[in-house]
Amino acid sequence: MKNIIVIALLLVVGFYLVDSFNYIKFGDNRLGAPSDEKTVGAYYLNNTVEKTGVANVITAIIVNYRGFDTLGEVTVLFLATTGLGSILYRRRKEGEHEERVTKESSYLLQTGSKILFPFVILLGIYVFIHGHLTPGGGFQGGAIVATGFLLMLIAYKNFKLGHNQLTWVESLAGITFVSIGMWGLITGGTFLENSFIPKGTLNSLFSGGIIPIIYIAVGFKVAAELTGVLDILLSIKPSKIKK
Amino acid sequence: MIIYVVIFSILAVLLVASALFAIIQKDLLYAVIATGVISLILSVMFFILQAPDVALTEAAIGIALTTIVFVITIRNTTRNEDEKEINSK
Repeated sequence: MKNIIVIALLLVVGFYLVDSFNYIKFGDNRLGAPSDEKTVGAYYLNNTVEKTGVANVITAIIVNYRGFDTLGEVTVLFLATTGLGSILYRRRKEGEHEERVTKESSYLLQTGSKILFPFVILLGIYVFIHGHLTPGGGFQGGAIVATGFLLMLIAYKNFKLGHNQLTWVESLAGITFVSIGMWGLITGGTFLENSFIPKGTLNSLFSGGIIPIIYIAVGFKVAAELTGVLDILLSIKPSKIKK
Repeated sequence: MIIYVVIFSILAVLLVASALFAIIQKDLLYAVIATGVISLILSVMFFILQAPDVALTEAAIGIALTTIVFVITIRNTTRNEDEKEINSK
């Protein structure tokens, strides 16, 4: 019985492989010059601005045309964080002090971090809110926010991050992404189809429909995941490993 | 236009040089800093090639986060790449 199911699955996969290779001729140029109307690249360059209302074509491709891939990438990052946490996290005993760095950091580093922290967070949030207008987006902005938290983590011994809050932020962002996609599936017919938010005027902050909302969700998710990774890595004591 | 070609060639030479330095160097902290320099040069090169999105990603993740993760790992393990020590364990 099991063998029959395996053979049937292989036949289905093989049928679609052969079918798609028949559809595209061997050596056919599918990503040619923008002037060539038949190619995929030309389609994106000519139609993206009109169809999605987003000025940055790369953002439209990452979040909308290839939105399913982005969901997969974010999930891979989540799995990596969870794996690292499950390997390295150590449940602390009652009354045990939570110490992150071995030495107290210098006064210069502490003051500098305190001054720089809000500006770094502001830059990160700017990058992922303006993802549909300027270069950058969720992944880059999230990484910059995580760098800001890293400054505080290495400068202050007692700077604590609530792991429950990080998990909540991450889960809510993931739920937002998936539910917007599913709502598009219900109302429009395809995953991540924009059929319920107006596109707005081109090149303004409130434009592009669902694309800025999804990129903000991705930004929060990536920031929470990377901050969690850094916090877990910094909370291991060197003496525990060396012996 | 020729100025971009000159800058690009200098950056490419520096890139290969710092990559070789990272391989040859026995002190792992210096090697990690050299990989950070590789990311820095690479992000400038992406910017010259008119790919600002990729340049921003390389700057945020390659220079900052990857270097920091390697530095934390070195702090928790050993700093010098000593073959005798590894063999004796």
